[in-house]
This record gives sequence, C-alpha cells and structure tokens, in this order.
Amino acid sequence: MTSIMGHPAGGEGIGYSFSQPTAANVKQHGFYPYTDNGGSTLGITGSDFAILAGDTRSTSGYNINSRMVPKVFKIGGEDETGEGAQIVLSVVGFAADGDALRERLDAMVKMYKYKHGKPMSVSACAQRLSTILYEKRFFPYYVHAILGGLDEEGKGALYSYDPVGSYEREQCRAAGAAASLIMPFLDNQVNFKNQYIPGSGEGHALEAKKAEPLPQATVEALVRDAFSSAVERHIEVGDHLQVMIITRAGIQEVFHPLKKD
Amino acid sequence: MDKLVAQYSRPQHQNELYSEQEQQDLSQTLPPLSLKFSLPPVDNRASFLRAMTDDHSNPSCPIKLAHGTTTLAFRFQGGIIVCTDSRATAGNWIASQTVKKVIPVSRLSRGEDKPSNDPTPGLLGTMAGGAADCQYWLRYLSQQCTLHEIRHKRRITVAAASKILANLTYAYKGYGLSMGTMLCGVTPQEGPALYYIDSDGTRLPGNLFCVGSGQTFAYGVLDSNYRYDLSEEEALALGRRAILAAMHRDAYSGGFINCYHVKEEGWVHHGFDDMNPIFWKTKLDHGEFSNVTSEL
Repeated sequence: MTSIMGHPAGGEGIGYSFSQPTAANVKQHGFYPYTDNGGSTLGITGSDFAILAGDTRSTSGYNINSRMVPKVFKIGGEDETGEGAQIVLSVVGFAADGDALRERLDAMVKMYKYKHGKPMSVSACAQRLSTILYEKRFFPYYVHAILGGLDEEGKGALYSYDPVGSYEREQCRAAGAAASLIMPFLDNQVNFKNQYIPGSGEGHALEAKKAEPLPQATVEALVRDAFSSAVERHIEVGDHLQVMIITRAGIQEVFHPLKKD
Repeated sequence: MDKLVAQYSRPQHQNELYSEQEQQDLSQTLPPLSLKFSLPPVDNRASFLRAMTDDHSNPSCPIKLAHGTTTLAFRFQGGIIVCTDSRATAGNWIASQTVKKVIPVSRLSRGEDKPSNDPTPGLLGTMAGGAADCQYWLRYLSQQCTLHEIRHKRRITVAAASKILANLTYAYKGYGLSMGTMLCGVTPQEGPALYYIDSDGTRLPGNLFCVGSGQTFAYGVLDSNYRYDLSEEEALALGRRAILAAMHRDAYSGGFINCYHVKEEGWVHHGFDDMNPIFWKTKLDHGEFSNVTSEL
C-alpha cells in the first residue's frame, strides 16, 4: 500500500539498514538532574538588623570539590560587587539551581528598580521569590532559600522557603545539611523554647520565658557557635563561615575560618 | 460646523453598552490555562515529580516538600468557625511550628493578620497538603476574586470562588498538585457558606469538614459535640478542642492552635496559641486526656 505523499503508510520502513526507533520501545533511563552540594545556611533577625550566614564548602557525595563557594548573595546591587544592595539571599542544596535562582531574582529586583525608580521592598521581593520558585513546581529548583533584609519599619526581616515556594516570615531559620543540628539550638537560644522563668510557679504552672529581639553582638556569637558546632558533627559543613550583616548602614560581609577537615 | 460636530461626536447609545472586546474580556473571567510552568524533559512527568518529591511513595526522595496538617471548619448559628494547627513537616523533619494555615482570600491589600477586633471583609481559605500549592493557588484565587469585585461591583460568592479553584485543580489533574482546602465566607446571596475543594477536582458544599492527616481525630471530637445552635464561645471552644485532639494523636499535627470566626461583616481572628499550656489546662482543669499522666 502506498500513500499519495510518497511515505510508507503502514509500519513498514523504507528499508533503512538500522531499525527505526518507535515511540513505544524507547525507554528513558533514570533522569536525575540534581546533585546535593551540601553545606548549611542560617539567618537570624533582631530589632534593627538581619544576619545571614553560610559555610563555603562545596561537596559532591564524599568529595570536597571546593572550600570557597559562597552561598549567601547580595540581591539588586549596582554591579558585580553588589554595592548598594539592601536584600540578601542565601541558597543551599544544588548549587547550579541556586545560582540560576539568584540570577533570576537579582534580575527581577534590578528591573523593578529601573521601572519604578525605587528599590524593591523586602516583602515584595519575598513574594516575587515565592512565585519564581513556584514557576518550577513541576521541575523544582533543588534549593532551600532564605531571604533577609530590613522591612518598611526598619526591623530585621527574614523569609524562609521550601523548594517550590511556600514561605513564611520568621525570627530565625537554619537550612541545608546541618539544619537538623542547628535549628533546635536556635529554637532554644533565639525563641527561648523550653525555657521557663525560674520560681514563677510549680510544675505545670511554670511560666514560659518570652522571646524578644536579641542584640546584634549576641546574634553574631550565636551564629559562630552554631556553625563551629555543626562542623564538629557534619561532614558537609566546614572551611569558612560567610556572614552578611544587614543594617540601615548597608550590608557588611565578613568571613571567619572554620575547621578544614 | 455641524458637519464637524457630526464627524467627531458619536451617538449617545454607543457609549451605553460594552464593546465587543469588553464583553469578551468580561465573559472570560479566567485566562486560558497557561503552561508557563517549566516542565522536566522526560516522557512521564508525573512519575519524575513523584520520584523527586513524593515522600510517601519514596521516603528517600531528594526534595522534601512541606506537608501535613489538621484543619477544620464548620457552620453554626453564629457563622463559621475555622481552626487549624500550625505544623509543617518535610518527611519526619518538622519544617515549621508556626505556619499560618488560614489564608485570607480576596482583598489582597488586607491580607495581613493584624491584631484587630474589627471584622475584615473577604473569604478565608485553609491550607492542607502541599504548603506551596495552597499558598500559590489561594493567592491566585485572591487575584481572581479582586478582579471579580472590580468587574461586577460586588463581592464574589463563595460558590463562584470555590468553582474557580475547583476548575483550576481539575485542569491540573495528574500534574501532581496536592491540596485540600476549605473556602468559607458569608455573602448576602448565600449566607454563611462552606466549600471543600481538593487537588482531585472535588468540590463539595457542606456544614462541617475536617481536612488533613489529623482529620479523623478532629471528626471524632467534632461529630460527637457538634450542634447547629452552639453559642459563639462554645463553637470556638469545640473547634480548639478538636484540633487539640488531633495534635495529640497525629504526629504530623502540632504547634499552635489558630482560630477564626467568619461573620456577616467579615472574619475575626481568635488567637494563635501554643498547644502545650492548653493541653495541660484541658487535662488538669477538665479531667480530660486521662490516658496521660500529669506527674513530673
């Protein structure tokens, strides 16, 4: 049987020497587009500042590929140095996805500034980041993002995200490989979870200690303690600690050494 | 002169009706389902997504999404009570204990929870299943509801709003969305109205719903004590008690008890309270939870 178009009408080929692939017997083998590059990030806010920190180790399996791959980025700055930025993003998980995400958000925040003639607020940037993550709902970015800055009242603002964009404003958040080691420490030391006022009552009448914003020096010490402890018990955390401190005066970036083993 | 006037003025009736384009814009409430979402380059997208994110079928999946919940809502003579827990889990990890699972829908600008005794107009949606799915699509719904309000010069009915969401979830059926949500509101057309919508495309009106991993525990308490003529105080207490029961027996529920009351004038927030002191108060003052020892 021949067709008018000159193509074979049925399943019979024209006579290629190789077998023609058909959709039915093509088998796609494992598609695994992600690598976990390890590391951890952490953010804590106070009444007039926000601190975001992350270690700089980059791993793949049991290999340490680099000791200086920063995870914390300035968003919406003037040039490569991030001069003039007021928002900081930290991403942990798959570094390539993290870089792609950072570049997209950075472009969005810059476009906003050129279009509206004013810098984007942290709350608006937080919502935008959520929709950027959700756009890849069916092929997610393998990242845990934390966004930090100062809100309209000048208070420290911190937003944490899951890989597909659900987000929440919080006082503190740890993400990444050592999140399960750092977060309980933060709950206790920042939100005073399971701390009670001594002598306020007997047994179940004991009064819980109220959380209040911590001073900057205390928070800086907490961040360093959290990471030096995480390094002791997690193989994917180490090398250097990158800390970004966001205040009204701008963003200050500091590096501290961590153990190299 | 007359000729000029005739040339540049139009008959009065032309301004009275909507133009064809405007009519089309008005009738097309929803934009066509866009595929702006990026998709993985594989044949079977659903199984790829399941392999990467579905903790239940694949406990070692790399991407853990925030899940798990107890939420409830019921109608009574004074309006609608909405109560939720506040825990989000990713696998066995408690991702957060402070999630706001009641999301104000419509009136985008008034979405913030400010402590106020004045009712805020608009609908309430609850969040169960994937946290991001609920947050994103309820925000999308808010946008649609606000547009409806601007176009039609009146607030959207709960029936219509729930239909927008149900049509949406039905269109995305098989893509792997996960959400179980309840929409509540009081409108002049319907009175107090409550709808359940989920990611399968189900849409049900009803008097009483519990959704999430702790739903059965909440139903147990709610069904045995529910009456339509409950007072406002009793209704709030019952909602809280049902959530408490679920927090106690369901490992995926916990944290804080979040309560809302939806009235004719709008919704009122009734606290976001730590479950621990409430649990001990319930036990020690009312003699409930006698399975738990209170000795220290």
